Amino acid sequence: MNYLLGLIVLLIKIAVMLGGLLLVASYLVWLERKLLARLQIRLGPNRAGIFGLLQPIADAIKLLTKEEIVPTAADGFIFRLAPAVVAVTAMMMFAVVPLGPDIRLFGRSVPMVITDLNVGLLFVFALSSLGVYGVALGGWASNSKFALLGGIRGAAQMISYELALGLSLVPVVMLAGSFSLTAIVDAQSGVPFIVLQPVSFAIFVISAMAESKRIPFDLPEAENELGAGFHTEYSGMRFGLFFLGEYVHIQVLGALTAVFFLGGWHGPWLPPVVWLMLKIFIVALIMIWIRGTLPRLRYDQLMALGWKVLIPVSLINIVVTGAFIQFAGFS
Amino acid sequence: MSILTLLFYAIALLIVAATAMAVTRRNMVHAVLYLVLSFFGTAMLFYLLGAPFLAALEIIIYAGAIMVLFLFLIMMIRLKKLPGMFFPVGQLLPAIFICAGFLAVSSVLVGGNPEGWTPMPAAQASPAAFGVYLFQTHWLAVEIASMLLLVALVGAYVLGRRVRGPSADTRKEAP
Repeated sequence: MNYLLGLIVLLIKIAVMLGGLLLVASYLVWLERKLLARLQIRLGPNRAGIFGLLQPIADAIKLLTKEEIVPTAADGFIFRLAPAVVAVTAMMMFAVVPLGPDIRLFGRSVPMVITDLNVGLLFVFALSSLGVYGVALGGWASNSKFALLGGIRGAAQMISYELALGLSLVPVVMLAGSFSLTAIVDAQSGVPFIVLQPVSFAIFVISAMAESKRIPFDLPEAENELGAGFHTEYSGMRFGLFFLGEYVHIQVLGALTAVFFLGGWHGPWLPPVVWLMLKIFIVALIMIWIRGTLPRLRYDQLMALGWKVLIPVSLINIVVTGAFIQFAGFS
Repeated sequence: MSILTLLFYAIALLIVAATAMAVTRRNMVHAVLYLVLSFFGTAMLFYLLGAPFLAALEIIIYAGAIMVLFLFLIMMIRLKKLPGMFFPVGQLLPAIFICAGFLAVSSVLVGGNPEGWTPMPAAQASPAAFGVYLFQTHWLAVEIASMLLLVALVGAYVLGRRVRGPSADTRKEAP
């Protein structure tokens, strides 16, 4: 009976989480189009509904009813698999993000997280490293020059920045003393880690943006040289899944930044879930702002930034943090 | 037969099947994907045996980094499919010898110690416990492995470095 109850609660949690993620993803697209338009002195979508608010729904219907084309020369199975890999790995990362403190429901304590793994941070990291397959395989399976170039660029970029991403989180784990995301949030009940670890924060945000392949790191889909890069040959909802993956990734980035550096759901006056949503929203806004502001990096600049700046700085940061914890007795 | 035993055999079957597919595929990308599936199985096995930390590392390092590099290379060089026998005899024989030797050594190692056959109680190692054990009892092996990796890194750098004259780009930048 207890097993059954646990399973039901788990399924409800997953359903609410996925529903929320997809809804927010579709409205992030709207927000991005609207904000970018304003940044570029345009109007943006304003025909479907008031302020164009029904535009995401119209887009979704269009994508779902469009004809899907699989190129004759493509590797059919992998071509169909790749978009799903991108979307699924992005969505699964939310399984370990804590939304708030445990709540009491009908006399039982229900944790506000789908699963609190004791290797939660590594789980996120593993999924992020699997996301590379979606891009690389999507580019390869299309059997097209531009898609292949995009896929190779994507793989190279994501492998390079994964290292910096992982190393930037080591000081966070050292301070919290755990890989569990719940424990990391609990460790920030006083001071959020952005105050203690500003360097880590900067490295994390830069390399996570590179992982999400957005401007200024959008070389895998650079439209003026590669068509659309790794998803050139995709159409209909398969293209939609790549798109969805990108916008879920923005939320993941916001949630992880909030959990690792901004104190997660901690905050005064407002309920915990609202605080977390607010922090995710702010990070998403800043990402859209960056997209509207910066030009794309050149390929050698991208590699130099990753390997010659971010990785050495994060290694030094780890040593300095270790010295502080050891000698200043501060943790 | 507990549910854990059933899961163990199901996952073991998955690993063996995926690895067999990986070895016999002619399309290199498919082979890489089957190998990734096999690593997934190994990670599940680690998780089942109470080592979530190792399971995560298996996915991050093997499935997420090493196999991506393999894929990267395969995508870059586009191999032609060779006609004829898949395994030439010259490769097949050494492979069989190595497998037989490995089987002999491992069965002696496992079978020689009667404790090797008794089932262990279910336990779960926390990442901290794992780290303390590894770096206190096996620090020498860890250091040797890291030295080996360093040597490999330097070797790869030396092999990959191309000595060439100033190209058009660098000449242009120089005053």
